[in-house]
Amino acid sequence: MLSDSIRNIRTIAKRELMGYFNSPVAYVFIVIFLLLNGFFTFMLGGFFEIGEASLARPFFNWHPWLYLFLVPAAGMRLWSEERRTGTLELLLTMPVAAWEAIVGKFLACWVFLAIALALTFPVVATAMYLGSPDVGATVAGYLGSLLLAGAYLAVTVMTSALTRNQVISFIMSVVICFFLIFAGWEQVTSLAVRWAPDWLVNTIAAFSVMPHFMNFQRGVVELRDLVYFVSVMVFSLFTTSVILRNLRGA
Amino acid sequence: MITVENLVKEFGPKKAVNNVTFTVQRGEILGFLGPNGAGKSTTMRMLTGFFPPTSGKVAIGGHDISENPIAAKKLIGYLPEAAPCYSDMTVRGFLAFCAEMRGLSGGAIADAVNRVAGLCFLEGVLHQSVDTLSKGYRHRTCFAQSIIHDPEVLVLDEPTDGLDPNQKHEVRQLIKRMGEKKAIIFSTHILEEVEAVCSRAMIIDRGTVVANGTPAELKAKAEGAGSVTLRVFGTAAETVKSRLGSLMVAGKVSVSSANNAVSARVFPRDRHVNGELAKAVAELTVKEGWKFDELHTEEGRLDDVFRAITLPDTVKARND
Ligand SMILES: Nc1ncnc2c1ncn2[C@@H]1O[C@H](COP(=O)(O)OP(=O)(O)OP(=O)(O)O)[C@@H](O)[C@H]1O
Ligand SMILES: [Mg+2]
Repeated sequence: MLSDSIRNIRTIAKRELMGYFNSPVAYVFIVIFLLLNGFFTFMLGGFFEIGEASLARPFFNWHPWLYLFLVPAAGMRLWSEERRTGTLELLLTMPVAAWEAIVGKFLACWVFLAIALALTFPVVATAMYLGSPDVGATVAGYLGSLLLAGAYLAVTVMTSALTRNQVISFIMSVVICFFLIFAGWEQVTSLAVRWAPDWLVNTIAAFSVMPHFMNFQRGVVELRDLVYFVSVMVFSLFTTSVILRNLRGA
Repeated sequence: MITVENLVKEFGPKKAVNNVTFTVQRGEILGFLGPNGAGKSTTMRMLTGFFPPTSGKVAIGGHDISENPIAAKKLIGYLPEAAPCYSDMTVRGFLAFCAEMRGLSGGAIADAVNRVAGLCFLEGVLHQSVDTLSKGYRHRTCFAQSIIHDPEVLVLDEPTDGLDPNQKHEVRQLIKRMGEKKAIIFSTHILEEVEAVCSRAMIIDRGTVVANGTPAELKAKAEGAGSVTLRVFGTAAETVKSRLGSLMVAGKVSVSSANNAVSARVFPRDRHVNGELAKAVAELTVKEGWKFDELHTEEGRLDDVFRAITLPDTVKARND
């Protein structure tokens, strides 16, 4: 049974991933991702000015904002396109469980994002060359960045099941992800504590990706943060399955 | 193979399918007829497990579609009404994906793709991208997908829609051949198709089954079915009418004459004497020594039955 599930997930993921690379969109996406990464790191991040060739701040610091638009753009079509073209009927009458299809699509897009992220390696190489950055912190940063992308992507998978319109799916996803940043962004929380009780600010901030992502950036890999990202993904993907079921039950 | 019991589907306050019950055995081809919006596609979507029924049961090969969906879906090949295909793939890629989803692997995938490409005449477009196909070819590609795993049950929603006359013929022959070993249900608006292909036909109107039987049984329900038409020369219309009217099995007789010829239409006294009526008329003609150039029994037309059963409701729906 399990091997059947794995097989189905792999088949769906393979088709989806090939779909990315068969269209120019993938290459455009990767180029934009790399350009923006470079721009943020070297221009805004002040990579050269900091003096210490540490990767964490200038490089990973921007990822929550970069992903805010790029991840919804990559994932918005996953379900809405199936709904719009009617292939949803084909897919869900094949001998697969809905959760297998959801996981398959999610993994395909996540792998695609991972490939894009891996292509930023020249930045790391530069840092290695210029100084002696903390290898452990760099690995932790990449891990956190990947998990962050996965969390955003799971949200996008969910919003794309809600509508047959990709643009609406994109907007909904950006709004939700923006909240996930905002609720725990230091600039916001430091202001919020002036008029709201500490515990409230902290509780809301705990739902945010920021404090968890910050830990990875500092090179700290904690179980708590891993659990957070995995929970966001599981919750969003589970909600997707509920949405798909209700959609068909209507 | 297909068992449907008291199937109901409500969309909000509207009953799209209302208490539909039927079975399809292996070796049977069921034609599914009905006006637009009657509930054919909705029924098929429940058969294939795309959405669950509001109430009622569907079993495919003994597997309940709600309780054991994977086992049931494995047995089914399905052509949805819109014939959807993944448009970012080539025809070969799409069919290979479907084969893999159906549990085939390795060389079996290529074999299956080549087999269905041959059956559906897709060899010429295998390397073409799906989104550049013409409508008929896209329809055939989706049809090919439905038979790629040689399923025991086929559910086809308007399989000949959008095909040219040659392809319509080929697809009908294919369905007929496959029907010997499978259980097939297909919907159509082309009534000749039902007569040419189906072993049984079912008419549904506004969610309810209004007729179910062999095409011959349905045709017998047509007005004027079983009546005998005779055309004789050189005899007075009155004579023909009275002689025919005196036959034991004859009911109403109507005659009309033009030039030298008299056309008579004899209706059977009751429906069960059909075969005998033609025989009696023929014997009478010979006995009287009438010269005739036409003698045949009306079979009844499926069109007429379809219209008689479904038209009053359609008109009513329009009025209220
Ligand atoms: N998702 C849905 N939501 C609301 N109503 C629906 C939905 N799907 C179908 N219906 C309604 O159910 C009824 C039956 O539709 P269905 O598509 O089954 O008809 P059909 O017999 O296949 O017609 P056609 O010959 O035009 O294909 C229609 O009145 C349709 O408007
Ligand atoms: Mg229909």
